[in-house]
Amino acid sequence: MILASAVVSGLSLGAMYGLIALGFHVTYVVSNTVNFSQGSSVMLGAVLGYTLGVRYGLPMPVAFLLALVGCALFGILIERILVRPFVQRGSNAWLMATVAGGIVLDNVVLFTFGKEPRSFPSDLATRPIDIGGVGVFPLQIIIPIVGIGIAVALWFVTRHTRQGKALLAVVQNSDAAKLMGIDVNRMIVATYALSTAMAGLAGLLIAPLYNVHSEMGMLFGIKAFAVAILGGITSAPGVMAAGFIYGIGEALVTALFGSTYTQIVMFAIVIAALAAMPNGLFGRAPVKKV
Amino acid sequence: MRLSLSFRFKAGFAAVALTCFGTAGATHAQDTLKLGLVAAMSGQSAKSGEAIVRGLTIALDEINAKGGALGKKLELIVRDDESNPAKGVVAARELVQREKVVAMFGGLDTPVSMAIVPFANQAKVPFMGVWAAGTPITRNGAAENYVFRVSAVDELVDIALVDYAIKKYQTKKPGMILVNNSWGESNEVGLKAALKAKNIEYAGIEKFEANDVDMVTQLTRLKGVGADVLFMVGNVGPSAQVVKSLDRMSWNVPIVSHWGPSGGRFSELAGPSAEKVNFIQTYSFSGTLTPKGETVLASLKKKFPEIKTLADVTPAVGIANAYDAMHLTALAIAAAGSTEGPKVREGFYKIENYDGLIKKYAKPFTAANHDAIGPGDYLFTYFKSGEILPLSN
Repeated sequence: MILASAVVSGLSLGAMYGLIALGFHVTYVVSNTVNFSQGSSVMLGAVLGYTLGVRYGLPMPVAFLLALVGCALFGILIERILVRPFVQRGSNAWLMATVAGGIVLDNVVLFTFGKEPRSFPSDLATRPIDIGGVGVFPLQIIIPIVGIGIAVALWFVTRHTRQGKALLAVVQNSDAAKLMGIDVNRMIVATYALSTAMAGLAGLLIAPLYNVHSEMGMLFGIKAFAVAILGGITSAPGVMAAGFIYGIGEALVTALFGSTYTQIVMFAIVIAALAAMPNGLFGRAPVKKV
Repeated sequence: MRLSLSFRFKAGFAAVALTCFGTAGATHAQDTLKLGLVAAMSGQSAKSGEAIVRGLTIALDEINAKGGALGKKLELIVRDDESNPAKGVVAARELVQREKVVAMFGGLDTPVSMAIVPFANQAKVPFMGVWAAGTPITRNGAAENYVFRVSAVDELVDIALVDYAIKKYQTKKPGMILVNNSWGESNEVGLKAALKAKNIEYAGIEKFEANDVDMVTQLTRLKGVGADVLFMVGNVGPSAQVVKSLDRMSWNVPIVSHWGPSGGRFSELAGPSAEKVNFIQTYSFSGTLTPKGETVLASLKKKFPEIKTLADVTPAVGIANAYDAMHLTALAIAAAGSTEGPKVREGFYKIENYDGLIKKYAKPFTAANHDAIGPGDYLFTYFKSGEILPLSN
């Protein structure tokens, strides 16, 4: 019973981690950069969804859509202001700049949204349903389905659409892609928008199970980055799988050894896994042909 | 993690904002006696800081209306610790060394207060706790102890929680679900001792992190070992997550809680099951009030127009403890006849009687006792529609 319950808890949290970590993946493979304000994008999604849907009473689908558009715009701003100028100068300062961008957003939200955590009401997280003796909120089933769905959609788009193939071309050789007429900068901006929108979606999905406040994304962002590295940041299915492994692992460690040891054991496992497999569980060492 | 990525920007902004706006009281600095507050003014426990400021401000206005202390008006300087011990110490240091405060008040978080205690004792500046209940805050073993408190004390609260769980729920095997920090540890020690004194075995002890989303796993472990009551210690956010997790498990177990839920919008965050949580308080504005209670409530409504109903004067403990603490501190300064820390410390021992909001204090502080509130002053309450109501049984 306790193990089944742990798996249920781990699945939904793992899908969350995976979804946010996919954002790290898409920008990394296309531009070799990551957006360290992903945690703040999680928060932005939840805060915009709450503000538009609960405070201003817009229909939830509209509020969700606008929240995701808002997150995507934030991603575009991050890329244009905090990443591209540094990359163009050959500097790695985008790393600190994106961290700073997240902190700025957290504080803007703190002073506009308010200091107190608020509840995001949802019928999907009110009445549990009984599955084999384990109480599950419907939302906890929806989150992993959405997570896997997004990962599959991402795979499908990159393999079977013109835009997706252009993206793959940029991943493989951005100079050659540029010569073939692909607007590489536009592709990179698109991945940033996609990554923050995915983080925003994760925030919207977790909000009813948690609460909405300006600091809510920080821990998710950190864990998701650990997940991205664990999965092998170059592999989309690997990253998603690592999300589930991490989420379920966390819940199982708590179930078996008690919550005091959860963080110690989980981060120790991540370190041990990376020591044994430096490119992550599912990643491959990059091959540079000269 | 919170520390590393936490908010330099916010600290800067808060410092500027509080420097500009964060002083209650008035007039020029040299004409006033400065008192500091280090509390959570932002983050999940922001409402606690707001309540403390309100309680301190109302008392401060009353004192200043009667001429202040030592012929000078009192001035309150507020600093945000963001519930972060390191930031709390930096703020305390700044208040003492730059602002030259006569005394400091503390906030909700035991870890922050625990970090400030050694500095206060070293700097010989009285530090008055108005919320954080960690036992070692006042019982810190210092040869010269400058830490006083008008608030609950974990060790005594834990005795009260155990007594209440036995009386109301006839508990035989309670479990504990505690926040994984020094506040949780302080209560783990206290609850174990209180249960041992009653010859009751505990079923199990589980911890959670302040940012945990899901506590079903910990609670399932407690259910598995047959816990018949849960003792809960955590701030408002994680306490709400405990209640939501219990809902998911459909486990209807009585919860007897420390006062964490009172630090914010517990009703909203935890949903309808918030009402099931019985938690301890030192004061409630609900029910029949004393004349002093009526006066303070009227002053609060006048000073803070956003207070319209009793639901807006939560958390009452923060307001009431802070109100009495400010008056007692002013009395200590007056009794000391000086603003020097060692003399003000002696001044606290000289206070004989004070007719306060929470109770009539008689000799509230002695060299052996730095806690003005005892187990007889606690009451049990619950949340209903955002308002904290006293429980009759």
